[in-house]
Amino acid sequence: MHRTWRRFSSYRAGVLAAAYVLLLVLVALATPFLPGPDPRQISNEVMQAPSFAHLLGTDELGRDVLSGILHGVEVSLTVGFAAALAATVIGVVIGATAGYYGGALDLLVMRIAEVFQVVPSFILAAVIVALSGPGLTRVVTVIALLAWPQVARLMRGEVMRIKGLEFVDAVRCLGVREPVILATEVIPNALAPVLAAGTLIVAQAILLEAALSFLGLSSADLVSWGRMLNSGQRFLYNAWWLSVFPGTAIFLTVLAFNLLGDAIGAALNPRAEA
Amino acid sequence: MRRSLLARFLLARLGWAIPVILAILIVNFLIIHIVPGDPIQALIGDFPAPPGYADQIRHEFGLDQPVLTQLGLYLMNLAKGQLGFSFANRQPVLGLILQRAQFTLILMLPALALAASLGIVMALAAAPRAGSLYDSGLTALSLVGFSLPIFWLGQLLVIMFAIKLHLLPAQGMFSLRTRLTGWPYVLDVLWHLILPMFAVTIYYVAIVARVARASVLDALSQDFVLTAKAKGLSRRRVLWRHVLPNALIPVVTVIGYNFGYSLTGAILVETVFAWPGLGNLFITSIGNRDYPVLQGIFLLTAIAVVIANVATDLVYASLDPRVRSTGLRHA
Repeated sequence: MHRTWRRFSSYRAGVLAAAYVLLLVLVALATPFLPGPDPRQISNEVMQAPSFAHLLGTDELGRDVLSGILHGVEVSLTVGFAAALAATVIGVVIGATAGYYGGALDLLVMRIAEVFQVVPSFILAAVIVALSGPGLTRVVTVIALLAWPQVARLMRGEVMRIKGLEFVDAVRCLGVREPVILATEVIPNALAPVLAAGTLIVAQAILLEAALSFLGLSSADLVSWGRMLNSGQRFLYNAWWLSVFPGTAIFLTVLAFNLLGDAIGAALNPRAEA
Repeated sequence: MRRSLLARFLLARLGWAIPVILAILIVNFLIIHIVPGDPIQALIGDFPAPPGYADQIRHEFGLDQPVLTQLGLYLMNLAKGQLGFSFANRQPVLGLILQRAQFTLILMLPALALAASLGIVMALAAAPRAGSLYDSGLTALSLVGFSLPIFWLGQLLVIMFAIKLHLLPAQGMFSLRTRLTGWPYVLDVLWHLILPMFAVTIYYVAIVARVARASVLDALSQDFVLTAKAKGLSRRRVLWRHVLPNALIPVVTVIGYNFGYSLTGAILVETVFAWPGLGNLFITSIGNRDYPVLQGIFLLTAIAVVIANVATDLVYASLDPRVRSTGLRHA
């Protein structure tokens, strides 16, 4: 544990990313108590360039951009974490079962996973959301359904490697039943790479949600970064701040989760010496 | 002998592709049934359709029959090339999509070519200096590329080069004010192509550079490179004649396998630049609730991705003799 932390902290970018993510989590938790105007509040001060009154300017309805970005943290993080968590749980269960028991089940599961990996997932997600209607739960479900194969493949490989190790045989000799061995011995030892993959899925999910909202596939009353870029698109000529700032928020957040995922992956891999 | 091996390989890959395409068709069929309310809406869309059309569709797709019969009818209709009719565009869906796909390819293919060459050159320059500032710069750049929302990148390019600097056009594929023909028309399209192509390229270079760097590093550590160096060949000659051909194979595959990814990128970029391809059709169809078009786009792009995968495997197999013997994906 100590060594893992030392390896992690030697990735300066990873530590920086972790600090930034922590800050975002705090902002998301404090959303109801954030100072400044309500991001939905319409005012007469429309299309104001950044100034002291509105640090990042206002949009076509006089809504404060900074306030929108701060409130948007909640949506992005909720979608990112919920989708990644769901995808990871589904992927771990399916991948571990397939890898441990093998046979026809393994073949079937891996075939299904392959189909999901081949299809252009963003287009599929957009079609499903367009047909079934917007809503955060739907978006999270769709992203999780599209992302679990990444985890399942990884998990399957790890489980197949671990189940052949001596300590598993030792436990089996003690008379422990197979499902229990899988749950208490094999899966916990296979989780390390999954943690890194899960973090990278958070980044993908945030990016995907932003793209869906950018196409107008989110509820109009939801304050989200992608939605802000959607309205920014109409005013590129006279209000650059409507695009530049919300996009920066998406970019930095996705970058942070990508960096964090890479750093976690490197820190948990004992063979990689930093 | 060589030819028959390649044919067997092709057969093996088709044995992979056909079930995948079937699964994609089934996914598309299931999508029809997730629409809240009547599946008939998914098949027609929200645009006003002539009276009686709903009944005709209900009958053609057997919507009052058991689900399996419905699936059978659905597959049969698709086999006949019937992807439905777009009332918003007054045109059959298949023709509409194929027509717009051309414009997407005009945007995508030059961007891919540019990204591939840029990525390889950057990797060749960076890999021999592994760990240097330039090399870490390349790694950082590909991380940035992975994290950029491509539509935002498009917006930034428009703000910078079209609006602030007035260098390039912000929207569309050709000038609307003049009617050009011949070479002036081609030049005009190229002129409009620069910004959106650049956006797709940046997005794609990230992937290519990362893979190319790894494969150049790998090739550099091989014995034949040592031999070439020992023969006294110049650094440049070692890189271009011995390292590059071996490093190209993974690059070819990454480009092919990521066909869907770049297609998605192009679609998102199109919406920013009002480029008249699939992306534009997609976003207007979302606005019109023109569901058959949306599903058609998913279906055809997914099938295109599968075909691109098989084609990539074939290119890979003809470049690398080791793959053919196994007939497996990812040797």
